[in-house]
Amino acid sequence: MDFQVVVLAGGNSKNLTPLVSKELPKPLLPVANCPVLNYVLHQLEQSNLKDLIVVVEGEDAALLVGAWISGTFIDRLHVEIAAVPEDIGTAGALRAISHHLTAKDILVVSGDLVSDVPPGALAATHRRHDAAVTTMLCSIPVSGPLESGSSGGKDKAKKLGRYNIIGLDPSKQFLLHIATEIEKDARISKRILHAVGQMEMRSDLMDAHMYAFKRSVLQEVLDVKDTFQSLKEDVLPYLVRSQLKSEALLNRTPQGEENSTEKVSSQNNQAFISRILANASTPSFHGIYSENPDGSSSTRKTHKCCVYIASSSSYCVRLNSIQAFMDINRDVTGDADHLLSPNNIIGPSPKLGTKTTVGPNCRLGEGSEMGDKCQVKRSIIGRHCRIGSHVKVVNSVVMNHVTIGDGCIIQGSVICSNVQLQERVELKDCQVGAGFVVTAGSEYKAESLAKKEK
Amino acid sequence: MDARRLSRAVPRVRQVGFFTPNTPAQQPQPQSAAPSSESPPLSDSPASNSLSPVMIPPPRHLSDNLGGRTAAVPVPGRENSGELPTVGSYNPSESVLWLDSPPRSRIGDEELSEGAESSLGWYRRSDSAKFASSLPSGGFKLSTAKHPGSVAAVEAKNPLPEQSEAQKEQASSSKPLKAKTTKAERRALQESQRAAKAASRAEANKSGTPGGAPSSKPMKQPPQKKDGPPVASSIAASERIGVDRSVEKERKKDLPPPRKQFDDESRGGRAKRRSVLNQPEARNRVELFRHLPPHKNGTQLPYLGSKFFELHEKHPAVYKVGLQYLAGDLSGGNARCIAMLQAFQEAIRDYSTPPEKTLTRDLTSKIGGFVSFLIECRPLSMSMGNAIRFLKSRIARLPLTLSESEAKTTLCSDIDRFINEKIVLADKVILRHAATKIRDGDVLLTYGSSCVVEMILLYAHELGKQFRVVVVDSHPMLEGQKLLRRLVVKGLSCTYTQLNAISYVMHKVTRVFLGASSIFSNGTVYSTVGTASVAMVAHAFRVPVLVCCEAYKFHERVQLDSICFNELGDPDAISKVPGRVDVNYLDNLTDKQKENLELLNLKYDATPSDYISVIVTDYGMIPPTSVPVIVREYRKEYLLI
Repeated sequence: MDFQVVVLAGGNSKNLTPLVSKELPKPLLPVANCPVLNYVLHQLEQSNLKDLIVVVEGEDAALLVGAWISGTFIDRLHVEIAAVPEDIGTAGALRAISHHLTAKDILVVSGDLVSDVPPGALAATHRRHDAAVTTMLCSIPVSGPLESGSSGGKDKAKKLGRYNIIGLDPSKQFLLHIATEIEKDARISKRILHAVGQMEMRSDLMDAHMYAFKRSVLQEVLDVKDTFQSLKEDVLPYLVRSQLKSEALLNRTPQGEENSTEKVSSQNNQAFISRILANASTPSFHGIYSENPDGSSSTRKTHKCCVYIASSSSYCVRLNSIQAFMDINRDVTGDADHLLSPNNIIGPSPKLGTKTTVGPNCRLGEGSEMGDKCQVKRSIIGRHCRIGSHVKVVNSVVMNHVTIGDGCIIQGSVICSNVQLQERVELKDCQVGAGFVVTAGSEYKAESLAKKEK
Repeated sequence: MDARRLSRAVPRVRQVGFFTPNTPAQQPQPQSAAPSSESPPLSDSPASNSLSPVMIPPPRHLSDNLGGRTAAVPVPGRENSGELPTVGSYNPSESVLWLDSPPRSRIGDEELSEGAESSLGWYRRSDSAKFASSLPSGGFKLSTAKHPGSVAAVEAKNPLPEQSEAQKEQASSSKPLKAKTTKAERRALQESQRAAKAASRAEANKSGTPGGAPSSKPMKQPPQKKDGPPVASSIAASERIGVDRSVEKERKKDLPPPRKQFDDESRGGRAKRRSVLNQPEARNRVELFRHLPPHKNGTQLPYLGSKFFELHEKHPAVYKVGLQYLAGDLSGGNARCIAMLQAFQEAIRDYSTPPEKTLTRDLTSKIGGFVSFLIECRPLSMSMGNAIRFLKSRIARLPLTLSESEAKTTLCSDIDRFINEKIVLADKVILRHAATKIRDGDVLLTYGSSCVVEMILLYAHELGKQFRVVVVDSHPMLEGQKLLRRLVVKGLSCTYTQLNAISYVMHKVTRVFLGASSIFSNGTVYSTVGTASVAMVAHAFRVPVLVCCEAYKFHERVQLDSICFNELGDPDAISKVPGRVDVNYLDNLTDKQKENLELLNLKYDATPSDYISVIVTDYGMIPPTSVPVIVREYRKEYLLI
């Protein structure tokens, strides 16, 4: 279908410290005992997209990710791993691999997207409108733990920052305005507003970071605007802003194409045909705008920025914060368990002590052992964990090779690999970085514990 | 190969079979066994292979069919006298076939590939299309009247491709059981069957409940099946052809016409399995129109979209056009045709012949796949059918010596030429012709948005003629507003009104210009729904009606009404008024209440030729009666391009 897929897997995310580290880059962060990148790749594989470019920040991370992909998806996907320097942003990463891009359209997917929206739907919308860029919008996920309302207030404050202000045309097909954060003022192009006549501002939608770009447009923008760092914050708003006064650079390539496809038939006929086609198709505001007052199509250049709005029933969350990590873990084991790909096999049932109860929506990795009278509710426990007696784990994520001493109480926390919790530790809403040792009897609340950097 | 060739020669050989009695038991399947040269049964027409939904009848059947229908020869004499027209009609058909499908002679000993088969099926199938169109109109009336047999006889005369597998099975199972009877006995049996049939049909017609049509089918068929074997068994093998025919006649009346009939459950099921899109349920659809493919509305769009990357074999350009059809982004006969041809052009450019296949045949089947995909998105217009037929014939006629790249460039330039000559140039010629009919002070009325009419108006305006335009429009498409906008922008003085006010504006009008989706050989104009009423009102007011239509949209089919062939639009589009929240009377009906509601949104209607004064085409201005001439001449011409 002449689409190339770029997965922006990222590297070490600051938002997710202490969960991610050099040894565990963000793409490999386990969500329900399965690296987050797996969800994206699985989704793409399901859509029959097997030639992928995975862009990873940092050489070391790229090696780790590459090893994992080649181990997991061997013979199933044809993946190229590209390592780019850290902190060059999403646009920078695309710029770095720009020379690899050859297809007519590029599908850019963020590696931390956990979603069941088929990428084909986005691509189809993109093609149908012949758009310069199409972005997927999804409704903002319900955040925060459902039952334990303990951290609710704080989450709401956090959620505010994630609002996107999105302007749509009445038919909800075109993107007219996008601002990522709440700013004091929003500038809306008068030209666009005039052309469309009516704009719908939405704050309940979120940019899912899945884009389809026309390659020529993307490369032009990346080349010319070399200060652009981020797709979401620079490139997309730029394209949206300039859709009605699309600068020459965006239309250079189409013109070239026109000339090349022009056959012996006279220009006149070509114009005739294009007029028939234009008259027959439903005009978008772009077409109406580019029309001169006398009706002839003018030299005003436009390009279309389309949106694909995922239906509210589909699941679509980005793993870009610790809260999101908790939410995704909860949802993947709970409501959205269809996302779990088949290769996420639950190992041989772990050894449970007497009177130990494991509630619903839990996932226990292979080889984990639990002592007597433990309680596990709505939690995920990784592989080869050793959990002592009288331990309570609620709403938490425990990664691999964790040792938990007797009498610990863990609520709403994330415990990374190789952590050792000694006896009677109480953790609430904490994140414990990899390899950390929590001393016996300590109590923490809403803290982030990690090994000191040497 | 041998088998194939023999079975293709069926029609000619059949007479032999008729004249030689006591032929041995019959080969049941046409394709499988080598048929004995004496008597392939009637049902063994080779055309019963793959059914492509696009059907364009070749002209030979036109005369055949028309003659047959008007003749209405009494049944008894039919068996004998019927042979003569058959002979006459088949010889040309053979020649047409040979002319049209050169790959056949080149195939040598290989198996016929799908490509050749489908190109053949193409021509053959066309007669089935003819029947589809003639059956519901002519068939109903006649068969319920006193000559039930005449129509059936006409049907039986042609090797109908519609024999489904089921029927073939039936035929094959019944054949060995045949025994001798006299002619009189047979006739008596036939009559009784016919009476039973008529009764069952009348019964089915009476049951006017919404579920009537689907239920009537199963009702009809069981008795038929029960009858079949005994009838056959009582019949002499020596005269089995005549018998076959009578049995077949009966069957044919029961079987749905070969065009996909969507109220037939077995066929619908098969189509469902094959199709890319989900077929929406036939819920709340007007019974008379249940045979039409249901509208695939925008809800199919996300579904098709989600399969975007899974449909490998569809070329992106074709896919895009299909999406645009489905979403309604692209409408209008010319535009759809051009878009489709351009997509095919792109697909051909990117095409490379797979190893061990020949370009001619593989490309034909590929194009066939594209076409069926497009049909799923929206039924083809006649003009597109003609264009596809042109393209396929071009592919079939490619010389073998051509290299792949040469063949591709030839095809691409052929497509270009088709677009330029048949659409662009044709439109320009039509402009000239039509503009001579516009005089100063005229008031021109047009309906909907036809691109030719628009160009005529603009052209006449450029010539400096002084006239006024009345644009008549109708819900739910409101295409007229698009036209209106473009006309007003160019400085024409316009009046805009809705279709229901047509009789009030008509008395001021001096000319009516209409566009057409297709014109049939009986002069019937097939066009956007509402056109017929405009033409009728104009006729009543003695206002000349000029229909502007490119000749490539002419079609050999004969159609009398707009029921048997039409397209259904989105039923919800008529129940909701966009932008009017106050008009919401149908909104909050309960599901139970909705069961009483049937919505009908037809897209086309047929205007009888009586209402049309002149047809402006690229061959000049002609009366509607001259359409068959153009069709005949034109078809010859474009096959020889």
